[in-house]
Amino acid sequence: MEAGKVRVSLEVNGKAYTAEVEPRLLLVHLLRDQLGLTGTHIGCDTSQCGACTVLLDGQAVKSCTVLAVQADGGRVTTVEGLASPEGLHPVQIGFWEKHGLQCGFCTPGVIMTAVGLLQDNPRPTEEEIRTALEGVLCRCTGYQNIVRAVQYAASQMAEADERREVAAAETE
Amino acid sequence: MIPKAFAYERAHSVAEAVDLLQQAGGAAKLLAGGHSLLPLMKLRLSAPAKLIDISRLDELRGVSVVGERLFVGALTTHHQVATHPLVCQHLPVLAEAAAQIGDPQVRNRGTVGGNLAHADAASDLPAVALALEAQLHVQSPAGDEVFAAEDFFLGPLVTALPEYGVLRAVSFALPPSGARSCYSKFPHPASGYAVVGVAAVVAVGARGTVEFARVAVTGAADVPYRARAVEAVLLGQPPQPEVLRAAAGHAADDGAIAGDAFASEAYRRHLCAVMTERALRRACGLADAAAGA
Repeated sequence: MEAGKVRVSLEVNGKAYTAEVEPRLLLVHLLRDQLGLTGTHIGCDTSQCGACTVLLDGQAVKSCTVLAVQADGGRVTTVEGLASPEGLHPVQIGFWEKHGLQCGFCTPGVIMTAVGLLQDNPRPTEEEIRTALEGVLCRCTGYQNIVRAVQYAASQMAEADERREVAAAETE
Repeated sequence: MIPKAFAYERAHSVAEAVDLLQQAGGAAKLLAGGHSLLPLMKLRLSAPAKLIDISRLDELRGVSVVGERLFVGALTTHHQVATHPLVCQHLPVLAEAAAQIGDPQVRNRGTVGGNLAHADAASDLPAVALALEAQLHVQSPAGDEVFAAEDFFLGPLVTALPEYGVLRAVSFALPPSGARSCYSKFPHPASGYAVVGVAAVVAVGARGTVEFARVAVTGAADVPYRARAVEAVLLGQPPQPEVLRAAAGHAADDGAIAGDAFASEAYRRHLCAVMTERALRRACGLADAAAGA
């Protein structure tokens, strides 16, 4: 290993990665430049705009303010990790259906922030959604359609949960 | 923006972190959540030769009540503090302030210990630490030391934390039963930091007068301060609107109020009174005063 470098192992979107990195390497640069996952964007680069938001061990974090070495042993989910072979993630569908974007630059970070919110709070009020989005800046939408997109996703996920519960009850 | 290159080492115990700090002879900084330090390093305002990562030390995590104090481990995140049942039950003002730091992503990473050791003059937690007579529990080469919050914050980004010391935990005094509290903040519209933030804890006795009052102000001066002049006016008085307003008028008396590019000294003095009145009214169960108050 090169002098001064540190080995990090982490799981990104379900795949295990090992890399040798400079300690100063930011998580967002590891994701974009070394793993080629450019869905995570760099906006302000000062931990304000939230475009670089990913999930680290299930929590929304700003990957421009996390060192790659801090994520060692962790589990990262980026926007590329949301969709499954069955289709888009409900939050992605919500942004599509409710037009929760215009230029799309902030969208990956906003989506990951919303995914983090709905994990903790599957049925948020409008106020809770707006509070949860405090750490993401969008200069296009005025947030109205983003809020509607998250509300849509929450209702779709709740309906899917109910269908699963009914199906489970019927098989019993 | 890329920080200047640095060496990185992970500490496996607080004692090891103290040793590593000592070996580095002042060239190293501790890394916890990194949400105060890394932004400074990215701007190259700080360029330590080495980071000692203490973020995996489970001994520095958690919340507990011991006797008349609530202890919060230094690595406890703002999100954990804001949502912890013990904090919400015993010190709702601490949860209220923690929930206003930064934004959700920042609260998921930023730690109580990092926040207090960083000592930004506009940070929210120092006001609560002062109002709840916090003690900072430090491990250093000299052994274990305890600092009162009032002796800890010395200036912007300057604390009494000894060289090679590690902040292990902070403990907050539980106010008398029946006390009510509030953290009232006027946030900077861009940064979210407090232009002025006021923590107030008030207890009204059986005779209907204020028996206990703790008020502290952040953001207004170069260092957060206890607003003792406000407390002195409140004590022994009934918590009536005119009493609270008169007391709040002294909110700037104990601080060296400073102006900057965002807010003039006169405006900050004005905000001190307004935000203190709001905090006191809410702590006393009164509705917010009419606009302009």
